[in-house]
Amino acid sequence: MSNLETANAIFYNKIQEATQDGEKLRNCLQCGNCSGICPFGYVMIYPPSRMIAEVRANRFEKILGTENIWMCVSCYACTSVCPAQIPITAGLMTGAKEELLLAGNVPSELQAALEYSQRYGNPLGESPRKRADWAREIQPEVKLLGKYRQPVDVLWFVGDYPSYHPRVQHIAQSMAKLLNALNINFGILGPEEYSDGDSQRLAGERGLFEMLAEKNGQAFNKYDFKEIITTDPHAYNAIKNEYPKLGFSFPVRHYTEFLAENIEKILPFLKNEINARVTYHDPCYLGRANNIYEQPRSLIQNLPGVELVEMPHNLKNSLCCGGGGGGMWLDGFQWEKSHVRLSEWRIQEALSTGANILAVACPYETSRFEDAAKNIDKTGQLRIRDIVELLVESMGV
Amino acid sequence: MSQDIYVLIEHNQGQVAEISYVMLAAGRQLAGIHGSQLFAMLLGYQAQGLSLDIAADKLLYIDHPALKEFAQDAYLLTLTEIIKSRQPRVVLFGNTTIGSDIAGAVSIALGLDLASSCRYFTSDGKFVSQICGGKIMAEGNLSSGTTLLTMVPGGYKPEEGQSEHPPVIENFSPPVLDNLRIKNIKFIQPESFDIDISKESILISVGRGIQTRDNLELAENLANSLGGVVCASRPVIDQGWLPTTRLVGKSGKHVKPKVYIALGISGAPEHVEAITGSETIIAINTDPKAPIFDIATYGTETDLFDLIDVLVEKVEAAKAS
Amino acid sequence: MKIVVFVKLVPDLVEELTVDPGGTTLDTTWLRMIINEFDDHAVEQAILLKEKTSTQVIVIAPDFDGVDEVLFTACAKGADQIIKLTGDFSSINNHALARAVASRIKILQPDLVLTGVQANNDIDGSIGPALAACLNQPFVGYVSGVTLEDNTAIVQKEYPGGVIAEMSITLPAVLGIQAAEQPPRYVAVSKVRQVMKTSNIDEQPLDELDNSGFPEVTRMFQSETSAHAEMITGSPDEIADRLVSVFKEKGILQRTNR
Repeated sequence: MSNLETANAIFYNKIQEATQDGEKLRNCLQCGNCSGICPFGYVMIYPPSRMIAEVRANRFEKILGTENIWMCVSCYACTSVCPAQIPITAGLMTGAKEELLLAGNVPSELQAALEYSQRYGNPLGESPRKRADWAREIQPEVKLLGKYRQPVDVLWFVGDYPSYHPRVQHIAQSMAKLLNALNINFGILGPEEYSDGDSQRLAGERGLFEMLAEKNGQAFNKYDFKEIITTDPHAYNAIKNEYPKLGFSFPVRHYTEFLAENIEKILPFLKNEINARVTYHDPCYLGRANNIYEQPRSLIQNLPGVELVEMPHNLKNSLCCGGGGGGMWLDGFQWEKSHVRLSEWRIQEALSTGANILAVACPYETSRFEDAAKNIDKTGQLRIRDIVELLVESMGV
Repeated sequence: MSQDIYVLIEHNQGQVAEISYVMLAAGRQLAGIHGSQLFAMLLGYQAQGLSLDIAADKLLYIDHPALKEFAQDAYLLTLTEIIKSRQPRVVLFGNTTIGSDIAGAVSIALGLDLASSCRYFTSDGKFVSQICGGKIMAEGNLSSGTTLLTMVPGGYKPEEGQSEHPPVIENFSPPVLDNLRIKNIKFIQPESFDIDISKESILISVGRGIQTRDNLELAENLANSLGGVVCASRPVIDQGWLPTTRLVGKSGKHVKPKVYIALGISGAPEHVEAITGSETIIAINTDPKAPIFDIATYGTETDLFDLIDVLVEKVEAAKAS
Repeated sequence: MKIVVFVKLVPDLVEELTVDPGGTTLDTTWLRMIINEFDDHAVEQAILLKEKTSTQVIVIAPDFDGVDEVLFTACAKGADQIIKLTGDFSSINNHALARAVASRIKILQPDLVLTGVQANNDIDGSIGPALAACLNQPFVGYVSGVTLEDNTAIVQKEYPGGVIAEMSITLPAVLGIQAAEQPPRYVAVSKVRQVMKTSNIDEQPLDELDNSGFPEVTRMFQSETSAHAEMITGSPDEIADRLVSVFKEKGILQRTNR
């Protein structure tokens, strides 16, 4: 075999072994469903089905020679429609990104986010010492586990964007107010919290993910808590499905699961009418990746004065906001290649339902959708709100 | 040792660099403090003509073909000769592509103290240098022997280093300048087909805070609306998002527009020194501690991504009214 | 050919810097150190030269907190040898470093030494020219491109105004790198971790340090904000209104003729 053929064979083996059902790659029917549903499939020279064909034909180097793979937003759409149940997102796409990254072929925007994650523990390049600064004005004070040193019921994993992004910090603050109102005994890691690393992993930086996961895992091990709740579906996905493989197993729920279970305690607080038609965007890593569809909807339906309407693409067919799998750090690159923003498609769809509020449950989404709405929603009809913000709005706390 | 103050006049391709006049102004202050004379040193080849507006008591002129353009080894040999024979109190160099190349080498070669990035001298003659991206200042005493300093602009007005009366010229014979190891091959001028940002009156400048190439569109929109031009700080140019002709900074252009709008620029000294000639600087940066706010006329901590579209709309409305 | 790259760590400006209670140095309690970004470019330039002309690349750095990772990263990028200089660097300056590093470089006898053109904590000049003087070699700083030919380096030196001087330097020589020909590359963490397992850092203790040449600093302080900008606050709408009135005052708003 030539060197190239060997490299291809190594890669083919690697992606088959990378995931539980990896060997199903061999069963690909070449039906093309994955390439059709991929939100960027039409701009890729090698959309998923063609990638599989090339790999099976020993021509993986052709894929590596393109920047094709950086259009993948790891949204799980391809995986969810594959009749052969091939783990396309987790295996093939992530594996191909890993190869490109090892070869040093990384778009500069993504490179910066990865370097920041490595250096500061967050992709925004912010000071790790300031990770809990968003909580300064919250009363009663948000407990930092490193200082509090007593058992808590809930370790709340705040996440990168809620910690630092000025818009998304409001979501963190809302969550803190809500947990305080419900009298939940909770704490956060603050400066000891690192990026969950999931999007870095899906962008092909497995080593970085492991490094970050180890740091978080060690912090989890230090403290006494009953369960973890996360603001971010990506963190939820990482801690639930990936951290155990590295030896860090902890009970974890996304906040929508946690709050839906506590709805009876929340209901008496919901005083103010929201008075809006609300549509809900299923985040990829709650919905398709982890099958959580009902809890967020039930929270919305319990808001007084709210009519929940569905967008044409919902549940399993939800459209990606474009932020996953490194997309959060590839906006410029993807725009150059496609001249399309996935978040703008979604806003158009939300507007078509006549909704006044687009409810979200992932910290990537508020800023992405608000940005997109500036271009699309000229009349200012649509507000973008995280579910937790809506709850707090109704509670008036 | 004498108490005289010596300033190395920097010039390139037949033009005296502005930092030279800044140093002459600083040197005049020091000469006053020490009750001594101010000497300018001009190294060149048939370049006496450059000395006409230099505000110094005397000008040492050293003429040699090897000194026609700056070359570190020829300058080092010449300057060490002058300093050894004249033993000045202070020698000022620019903290520039010329002065910084040479000062450290003179310091080691002659065993003299060197302080870099000096912005100004206090009234009792202490130097004040800026370090750590302009966030920290270091103040110190000149040592008892000859002290070397490299200077950044900002502390003195260049006009104060200019004079209508040419200085008295004293010729100084150059040392033997043989077996030199650095040779100038040629100068490559910036792509001339591009705009000359140093001549523009409205500049929209982008820094690291613009985040992506794609976001340059925001700056372009504002520039179009105001009839200005987009330029950038080093990190943006290094990414290849704009041509080097649009670089504002130490190794880029020094600009003096009527209005300079800095979008997401923190204000590193290398950038700041190139914009101090601007009439009005408007800084937009979410970091309240960004040094750019120390030199800007107006500042706002609002997110540029929230502001620019609104601003463009308002500018358009104001133009139409 | 042999290239030595000298790299050092500098305060990371992402953290707020404070002055030590003694008042003459930075407070190091919370100081985070980061590779000097120009040194990072110097490493990249050396690796680019290695890829073109198969030179040997040796990276040397003094022992600061975090230096191992910097050295292993350089190794993962393609450096052949990594050397850590150990000793007490609590009050180190560029003069002392230059003399100490020069004594090591004399043993290695490289054709070319690359280092960053400046660093944010330089108080006694940048290290490159001092190093060159210790080695009795020529120095060219603000370099943004290097080509090697026999015993000569052809370099692009940046001047203000976007002018570039092309120069030739007879080797051996020291260059101060402003920017590599392409931005420093990314190395995957797994690659760095792999290198940590398979490569060794060559530790070399430094002899007595000679700090002379460093000026006496009597006071250090945070930049004064007396000349601070007039801050405009409010909603984006209000801020935009204020800015438009500034534009009007300055007379830069040209009416559109309709």
